[in-house]
Amino acid sequence: MEENNNTLFTVTVYSENQVGLLNQISIIFTRRNLNIWSLTVSSTVLEGVHKFTIACRTSRRQIEAVVKQIEKRIDVIKAFYYTDDEIIYQEVALYKVPTDKILDDNDFESLLHRSNAQILEINRTFAVIQKTGHCDETKQLYEELSKYGVLQFVRSGRVAITRSTVEQVSRFLEAQEERREEIERK
Amino acid sequence: MTGSEAIIKSLIAENVDVLFGYPGGQIMPFFDKLYDYQKELRQILVRHEQGAVHAAQGYARACGKTGVVAVTSGPGATNVITGVADAMVDSTPLVVITGQVSASLLGTDAFQETDVLGITLPITKWSYQIRRAEDIAWAVARAFYIARSGRPGPVVLDVTKDAQIGILEDFKYEPCSFIRSYIPVPTLQKSKIQEAAQMLAEAKKPLIVYGQGIILSHAEEELMALCNKGGIPAASTLLGLSALPNDFEHYKGMLGMHGNIGPNIKTNEADLILAVGMRFDDRVTGKVDTYAKQAKIIHIDIDIAEIGKIIPVDLGIHADAKQALGLLTLLIPEGNHSEWEAEFDACNAVERKRVSLPEIAPSEGPINMGEVVDMVAEVSKHSAIVITDVGQNQMMAARYSKFNQSRSMITSGGLGTMGFGLPAAIGAKIAQPDRHVCFFGGDGGVQMTIQEFGTIMQEQTGVKVIILNNNWLGNVRQWQELFFGSRYSQTRMLNPDYMMIAEAYGFAHRRVTERAELREAVEDMLKDNRPYILEACIVEEGMVFPMIPPGKGVTDIMLNANEWYTDGRK
Ligand SMILES: Cc1ncc(C[n+]2csc(CCOP(=O)(O)OP(=O)(O)O)c2C)c(N)n1
Repeated sequence: MEENNNTLFTVTVYSENQVGLLNQISIIFTRRNLNIWSLTVSSTVLEGVHKFTIACRTSRRQIEAVVKQIEKRIDVIKAFYYTDDEIIYQEVALYKVPTDKILDDNDFESLLHRSNAQILEINRTFAVIQKTGHCDETKQLYEELSKYGVLQFVRSGRVAITRSTVEQVSRFLEAQEERREEIERK
Repeated sequence: MTGSEAIIKSLIAENVDVLFGYPGGQIMPFFDKLYDYQKELRQILVRHEQGAVHAAQGYARACGKTGVVAVTSGPGATNVITGVADAMVDSTPLVVITGQVSASLLGTDAFQETDVLGITLPITKWSYQIRRAEDIAWAVARAFYIARSGRPGPVVLDVTKDAQIGILEDFKYEPCSFIRSYIPVPTLQKSKIQEAAQMLAEAKKPLIVYGQGIILSHAEEELMALCNKGGIPAASTLLGLSALPNDFEHYKGMLGMHGNIGPNIKTNEADLILAVGMRFDDRVTGKVDTYAKQAKIIHIDIDIAEIGKIIPVDLGIHADAKQALGLLTLLIPEGNHSEWEAEFDACNAVERKRVSLPEIAPSEGPINMGEVVDMVAEVSKHSAIVITDVGQNQMMAARYSKFNQSRSMITSGGLGTMGFGLPAAIGAKIAQPDRHVCFFGGDGGVQMTIQEFGTIMQEQTGVKVIILNNNWLGNVRQWQELFFGSRYSQTRMLNPDYMMIAEAYGFAHRRVTERAELREAVEDMLKDNRPYILEACIVEEGMVFPMIPPGKGVTDIMLNANEWYTDGRK
């Protein structure tokens, strides 16, 4: 994949559940004047471990330095960065459109179908449509819906899962468990 | 037992023997309990919370233990910020306890509430708010473990008032030795050391550049053994000073802006640079684009975020310096690079003749700054702990002090905090009461924390305060003369009568204006263990040279305001 100073990287950070972590992580980006493009926080399969997924455009050198500095924070367990080809990722978008406009249009059904979108809720005044996909896809749907007049639009941060078969964090935690036992034996 | 007592018992369990602090509303329950522990825990009342932190820094750096500070919330807490930031960038182990309003009031702008976590998170290794007495033992144990392990740094514990007064049924202190998300000392990768050994064996012009990491990991002997076995020259950063004695044959001087010519020039001729426990600060590298482009670079550091941060490396070794250098010495063949080493000496000889001797041994005119430093070094037989403030005094003290044991140079490097020196000297003297502690400060920096004279008076701490009075903010004046067309904007200082100030505090004191009196005055100062103020009235418009001007590369060295070093070739 071609890279430049403006590559979109996805940073994933695994951390303990501590107050103030989001702050600690975000200031590492702000200090370097890097704009966080999207950010999502969630739990993981590992108990008590939280995951931050941060998308940011910058150079490989910068992102590497940022990830090292994030990992340096005591309560951060592990941090990684990926380019888009190394991960499977999705975003969710919601669109609110006027009900009368879409009902008037014969094309609407097929547009929904084509774009793999669903209606979440509909009432007399508006309908809320949901689509998951990559940014360009949700953006395209936005453009196509704009002929109805989009009343509200929101897109979530990206969530991502790696393509690699091993979970590096689980490995790390296993190794740490062994270290703990060794230290306690001493 | 109350939470306050739990804190004190935890500190004692961590072998804390001295605490620097200042009381106030939200930390009163803790100070109240301290009253019962005056025998077990020495308590130093400073005159400003910034002084408490710098004193704790001086203490930590002089003896290697973690410095401990306790202050109140709000303004007490914000007054410690400068010191905490300083300790962060200079890797100093501290535990700073700040009082905080009761948990129920958090976030309400209660009297003397500040967001201590929010302010300190970016400048600490770890910050934590203790809201329940039950969490005290755990948090304090963790704080000490984090502060001193790996790359050391400051930790802030923000303790709410209700945690301080909360009642504990039972108290059990267990020191912390493991945190699952934290690996302070990485496992040594032998293959990488092997690779480094190979590179060193092949190098014709190797150079070791080291920093405070050597001192922090107690790797002084390993470094010396490596230099000896490989016949490798070594140069120090400002913070690495005293890790190797000045008279060690492979020691070639200090790097950086006002460092020695040999190591700076040779940085751009070496074929291999082995950097250990240093972070390629811009004051060391000058212009990064022209820094050691010809050399292969190996970087050993315990903080992986430093490796490749500024200078791209050929081999990065994430390791503890002591372990890495120990193994490396075993693996390298014996070597000799005496011709290469002689090149450093030749450069340094030019510097000595053109810059150093005129500074420390002038035949006439007013006293020079370097002369005072040199005299103190000589009379103290190179055995004093040298503390500096920031500015010309710092550079002169670094250049002309000599050291014969480690942990003898304490200065604010990364942050360059004026006002650091005086309180740091108090802490250092408390840590090492049997050594002379000589503090060199400018008339500007001394006045930034001059209120700590009160602490010296109360404790009768035998600090030797040497005020290098040039009636200017000298360092800035130098830059104005060199780079701002001699426009002396806000650098002229009208000074108080320091002798009257010394008198007011009851300190032994002396003012020196003549060269002929200097030796005797320094001898008088060092003849016993009293606090002493020596004011040296020195040349007003002195300058520190050699100098690599800001933005220039390591080989662009000014010998004086009009002349560049030319190496005899260019
Ligand atoms: C807290 C702080 N404020 C400002 C500076 C900028 N500064 C660096 S050196 C210097 C002048 C120091 O003057 P003085 O203390 O008299 O020492 P001298 O350079 O004359 O030895 C100043 C203002 C600083 N380093 N720290």
